[in-house]
Amino acid sequence: MNEWIQAIFNVFTNPTFYKSTLTQSTPLILAALGGVFSETTGVTNIALEGIMLMGAFGGVMGSYFTGNPWYGLVLGTFFGVAMAALHAWASIKYGADQIISGTALILLAQGITGFALVELFGQPGSTDLVRSIPLVDLGAFKQIPFVGDIFGNLSPFVYIAFASVAFGWILIYKTKLGLRMRSVGNNPEAADTLGVNVYNVRYFGVIMSGFFAALGGAYLSIGELGQFTTNMTNGRGFIALAAMIIGNWNPVGAMSASLLFGSATAFNNQLQSQSVLNLSTNTQYIFGMIPYIITLIVVGGLIGKSRSPSADGVPYIKE
Amino acid sequence: MDKNVDYSEYAVVMRGITKRFPGVLANDRVDLFVKKSEIHAIVGENGAGKTTLMNQLYGLIRPDDGKIYINGVEKIIKDPNDAIAAKIGMVHQHFMLVDRLSVVENIVLGQEPVRGPFFALNRARKEIKDLSRKFGLTVDPDSIIEDMPVGMQQRVEIIKVLYRGAEILVLDEPTAVLTPQETNELFEILRSLKSQGKTIIFITHKLNEVMAITESVTVMRLGRVTGVVKTSQTSPRELANMMVGREVLLTVEKNSAHPGDEILQVKDLIVKENRGIKAVKGLSLTVRSGEIVGIAGVAGNGQTELTEAITGLRKVESGKIIFKKEDITNFSPKKRREMGMGHIPEDRLKHGLIKTFPIYYNFILGEHDDPKFSDGVFLKIKDIRKFSEDLVKKFDVRPPKIDLLGMNLSGGNQQKVIVAREIAFDPVLMIVSQPTRGLDVGAIEFIHKTLISMRDKGIGILLISMELEEIFSLSDRILTIYEGQIMGEVRPEKTTTEAVGLMMAGHKLEDLHQEA
Repeated sequence: MNEWIQAIFNVFTNPTFYKSTLTQSTPLILAALGGVFSETTGVTNIALEGIMLMGAFGGVMGSYFTGNPWYGLVLGTFFGVAMAALHAWASIKYGADQIISGTALILLAQGITGFALVELFGQPGSTDLVRSIPLVDLGAFKQIPFVGDIFGNLSPFVYIAFASVAFGWILIYKTKLGLRMRSVGNNPEAADTLGVNVYNVRYFGVIMSGFFAALGGAYLSIGELGQFTTNMTNGRGFIALAAMIIGNWNPVGAMSASLLFGSATAFNNQLQSQSVLNLSTNTQYIFGMIPYIITLIVVGGLIGKSRSPSADGVPYIKE
Repeated sequence: MDKNVDYSEYAVVMRGITKRFPGVLANDRVDLFVKKSEIHAIVGENGAGKTTLMNQLYGLIRPDDGKIYINGVEKIIKDPNDAIAAKIGMVHQHFMLVDRLSVVENIVLGQEPVRGPFFALNRARKEIKDLSRKFGLTVDPDSIIEDMPVGMQQRVEIIKVLYRGAEILVLDEPTAVLTPQETNELFEILRSLKSQGKTIIFITHKLNEVMAITESVTVMRLGRVTGVVKTSQTSPRELANMMVGREVLLTVEKNSAHPGDEILQVKDLIVKENRGIKAVKGLSLTVRSGEIVGIAGVAGNGQTELTEAITGLRKVESGKIIFKKEDITNFSPKKRREMGMGHIPEDRLKHGLIKTFPIYYNFILGEHDDPKFSDGVFLKIKDIRKFSEDLVKKFDVRPPKIDLLGMNLSGGNQQKVIVAREIAFDPVLMIVSQPTRGLDVGAIEFIHKTLISMRDKGIGILLISMELEEIFSLSDRILTIYEGQIMGEVRPEKTTTEAVGLMMAGHKLEDLHQEA
């Protein structure tokens, strides 16, 4: 028992845990924010997982062909936006069932990336290493003990994620467009009678969700690693959806929930590496479940407290 | 010819408006003339085409034919934006409000004031305060819509159209959801708006409201105009005849009842409502076969819980329910039904029908396992359809197509389906809740006649209604309920609405006698 207390103490006193929390949370924050944008306007977007995957693959592809990871980022977000546009087109214009459309897009993304991986890089599993987006080096700041270790050398994606949350919150709650997004997501008919173009606002929300989710995906591939591996999103799109729900469809709430999940993942990674515990490698599977168990418990506890936009997932068909 | 006519004294003129929907001619060459600064009523039964006509004025749908003149000038109104530009505002029957947003946000939506890139909330708030002061429409700009009572929500709708500079206001059945007091407040507001020069078009089917507040009336029936009159020169009876196209009885004709044995006894019943608070507090009553016992009362005094307890939909805390001399307190709803208890529930769409089922399935709800309709495994669709065709004819359900879904019928016809179904299985007792809520005169007359004829066949009826008039015209005995208890029993011919009104407010019958 004592070694467990010791191990947990070690985790919490080590700056690596806090840095890892930030890096684990970043893709979740971006994707969850994407979910907030889409669902605020009333379009369910379970395709986040697929959009992230396309963003990750586009990032590596762009970086590989141009040698510039920033072009990779542009290509990755372009792929994400294109995926989201497909979802928007099917579910807004044709009133398709949004769960089916979203599922189809996830499967599509897995197919495209799997196929292109072999075609372009000649091998299944993973791509060659490509250049990744350089970290932000804070120079002398790094010397500060503890804090410097956490913030001294982070990926720009981390900053982009938090800035995006601020941007999203202000846009949704403080601007005219945001008011229209919320109205369209709750009562599209009412918005329509007041001359708000329901379809355009919904297209905007879904396409923005593609942009942010793809950013989150690109971070996974060209944020630190510089490589794409098959299905590297590994369920993060769904965790992001859970974060969005727990965060009550609010950008700041979604960010907080993403940080919770990120810290759970970081915690379990760090705990496994504690030598005092002397764990067999097989226990990683047990530890790996921690974030998901937290998801189940938190989502269960929040039933009735978290409310989706009233018209979320309901196509708007004008008579 | 039209070109030479001067329409400048009219705020709204609609000429020869025709609108077809698949299978229906919703508006057939309709003419409407509304003078400036008057309150003009459009009356008609459900489905007469009133709302369709107004939706065309507001640009929600386009007419197939016909012209619209606003203040004498021809306008083509393609969408609500055109209508708003022509200073027309519409308050819909089902409020067009975003529940989760605040009053301010709802009002300015679509025409938001901005400061730089941001939405200027404070300026919007101030503009709304000014407007509500000017027209006497007090409302808190920061309340969230879903927390507000219906009457207040309606004010928000009215401010919403005024904010858009409307000079012509269309109100689609604005009183359908209001309490009598809220209705009076609304009328005050409408008078104030009129005195400030606004023109108001008021859609309704309640004739006393037409008489109370309007100056002129256009009557519609089956998509056509059947009469245009000045309110001062007409009567509710004349309007009702024009609406329905025949003589309508506004009062119910009935002979005296011949009650038989006691068929239902409720003894010291205690029932809790959903939050666990006692809603029915030691209530007792009896119903004999061949009589109508009316329960008068303001909504929310335990009526819902009482009916649910009698029909078996809600658990009884203590007390007894005896039906046909058998204690049925803990019987299932199905068992009660088999014993001959019918139920016309207060909420047609929630408990009376399945909206997405065709009429012929709705007709056999609760009787689906009867050997007439089912051989134990499969439904006998042919027999069910035959049975339904007969019922539709007998009860004059319109349109008489048994494949239509429940939700595609008007309120009156939905009620007919329910009544037909409940009568068809030969009940000996009917629990009837709010049978005519939201129905038009023609349908009300039909339902009332049916209830009386059921009574005369010896069925015992317990009638729960918030409409005092209905209670008085149908009941043989009136019980008044207040906070889950009976305040007293009276006979309609030996009492006054005032006396029952006092009991509805919590005065006991004995107290009334003492004071008298």
